[in-house]
Amino acid sequence: MARIELNGIRKSFDATEVLGGIDLTIENGDFLSLVGPSGCGKSTLLRIIAGLEPQSAGQVTIDGSIVDGIRPSARNLAMVFQSYALYPHLSAFDNMAVPLRMRRLSTVERLPLLGSLLPGRRREERIIRADIDKVAAQLEISHLLQRKPAQLSGGQRQRVAVGRAMVRQPEAFLFDEPLSNLDAKLRVHMRAELAELHRSLRSTFIYVTHDQAEAMTMSSRLAVMIGGELVQVGRPAEIYDNPRDVRVAEFVGSPKINMMPGRIRDDSRIEVFGHVLRLASSQPPGNCSIGVRSERIELGSGPFSGAVIHVENMGAEAFVHIGLNGTEARLVARVNDVRRLPDIGSHLSFNFAADAVRAFNSAGKRIDVTAEQPERIRERAVV
Amino acid sequence: MTTPAKLSLWSVVRHILLVAGAVVMLLPFVWMISTASKPPSEVFSSELHLIPHQFALWENLQTAFAKANLWRFLLNGVMVTVSIFVLQVLVALPAAYALAKLRFIGRNALFALVLFGILIPPQATAIPVFLLLHKLGVLDSYAALVLPFTISVFGIFLMRQFFRNVPDDLVDAARMDGISEFGIVWRVMLPAAIPAVTAFGIFSVVAHWNDYFWPLIVLNSEHLRTPPLAVAHFRNAEAGTNYGALMAAAMVIIAPLLVAFLLAQRRFVEGIALTGIK
Repeated sequence: MARIELNGIRKSFDATEVLGGIDLTIENGDFLSLVGPSGCGKSTLLRIIAGLEPQSAGQVTIDGSIVDGIRPSARNLAMVFQSYALYPHLSAFDNMAVPLRMRRLSTVERLPLLGSLLPGRRREERIIRADIDKVAAQLEISHLLQRKPAQLSGGQRQRVAVGRAMVRQPEAFLFDEPLSNLDAKLRVHMRAELAELHRSLRSTFIYVTHDQAEAMTMSSRLAVMIGGELVQVGRPAEIYDNPRDVRVAEFVGSPKINMMPGRIRDDSRIEVFGHVLRLASSQPPGNCSIGVRSERIELGSGPFSGAVIHVENMGAEAFVHIGLNGTEARLVARVNDVRRLPDIGSHLSFNFAADAVRAFNSAGKRIDVTAEQPERIRERAVV
Repeated sequence: MTTPAKLSLWSVVRHILLVAGAVVMLLPFVWMISTASKPPSEVFSSELHLIPHQFALWENLQTAFAKANLWRFLLNGVMVTVSIFVLQVLVALPAAYALAKLRFIGRNALFALVLFGILIPPQATAIPVFLLLHKLGVLDSYAALVLPFTISVFGIFLMRQFFRNVPDDLVDAARMDGISEFGIVWRVMLPAAIPAVTAFGIFSVVAHWNDYFWPLIVLNSEHLRTPPLAVAHFRNAEAGTNYGALMAAAMVIIAPLLVAFLLAQRRFVEGIALTGIK
């Protein structure tokens, strides 16, 4: 259990800056997901926390003590790797035993033949076996302990790797895209399992993923990284609902948020595709972009119209792709009732509520908008 | 339907060529076995025949073992090649690990030097090394046979190519588990690299088991002789060479290599294929 603080972490490889000053506090017992597109520096940040990579500047603090320059093993963190990184020549049991043996046995006791003759080694081995059996039972891999990694399926290897991290009872767990090598079904299953594991261990988890769905469903907090910067940190629902940056809005949520080119008029109202929204912005007049999540687009009637280009029926829900009349813009609308789907090629009208709009300035930063009071009331009355 | 006929004609030609090549390669060995099985009278007869009229392999072997202490020479060969191989691995694995997995200034320059080292034939450095061993006073000893070969640039190169394919995650996992850098070499990299080590072992053992040049230069004492020197000793300009016994001795000294190769054959091919230098 640990509280991990990052202060001004920078990292450059040669001339390229990968991380540009990351400040982040991970509270004790947090499940924090570092999420962002490939190459945003999230794995590098995790490796810096683990001690596998030295930072160019800044400090890593674990439970109040600065750990810069301390060996990875001495930081008492455990890491689960994307490729699982199990030792291929050792059985699952021995894989899990390695961190315990390295920690509890002396160099002499670890010697292959001589070591096993020492009485202390026998006693320690018994304790190690008991510890591993306990964790294996918890992860339901007791029957697999004698197998080599090559004889295990992806999901089983995953569990052994998690087991190897658990047996040493670390201060915190670091996960580096641990589910991305699994097939889709297993990934969803393991998501739930890891979240349950976090609840039962009540330990600090730092989880790196490029899959926003994983991050949204598992973590208690989300840290969105883009281009080496920490763009937004918060609870998943908050980030989904209140993105502070257009890149966050576009990264989080599937299907991607609908972005439309808009304009702040001289009377401070926002206009999109020639239609004036019942929203006012305090920002100076000029171009902006507005985002609306697919589930907030209401098909049927409204000032906007377009042609149906494509329909994705997922069974429980469907996504209707609409090409806006007279523009290049395409929108995706979520339809909950899959029995009443529009035909491809048909024309339809749609609308979205004023409070569904997230507006961003030309630099991509979120701008506050206020709904015009009387209009809003009337709108509610209509609904 | 001319194509199958053409194809079969080509495949006949192809096989004839291959068989001819195989015969050229195998003939010296066949001739060795043939000569080793002939009594002296047949060895020197003017007519050429492969199958001896009188089978004398056993007698020739007995003569060979009686004339020279072949067991001693075989033992010398084993001690020298095994020592060389073990020391080469002790040096090459940590060096290859550093070149493949650690980041440090001058790594590429060092690796270039290793590649450059492969280009230098051992004969080119023979005289300086000989003088060095002379100054050290270790000429005419096992040390003189072993020491010059403890650093194998080829071994470093081969292992480095193999280690590059070992995932970085595995090394990082070992570091998280608390294994030291040297520990990683022996506990993580070595088990992963067994095929490559086997391949390198075969190269190394074959080269040094068969080495004639270096032992001939540094050795005087008979009891230190390696197998090729021992065989050469059967040649005797004054009393005439006993070819039957010589060939029998030659058979005896290549037998261990053949057996070792057959045992390690699969891993050998695996190792070479995995390093990507097939």
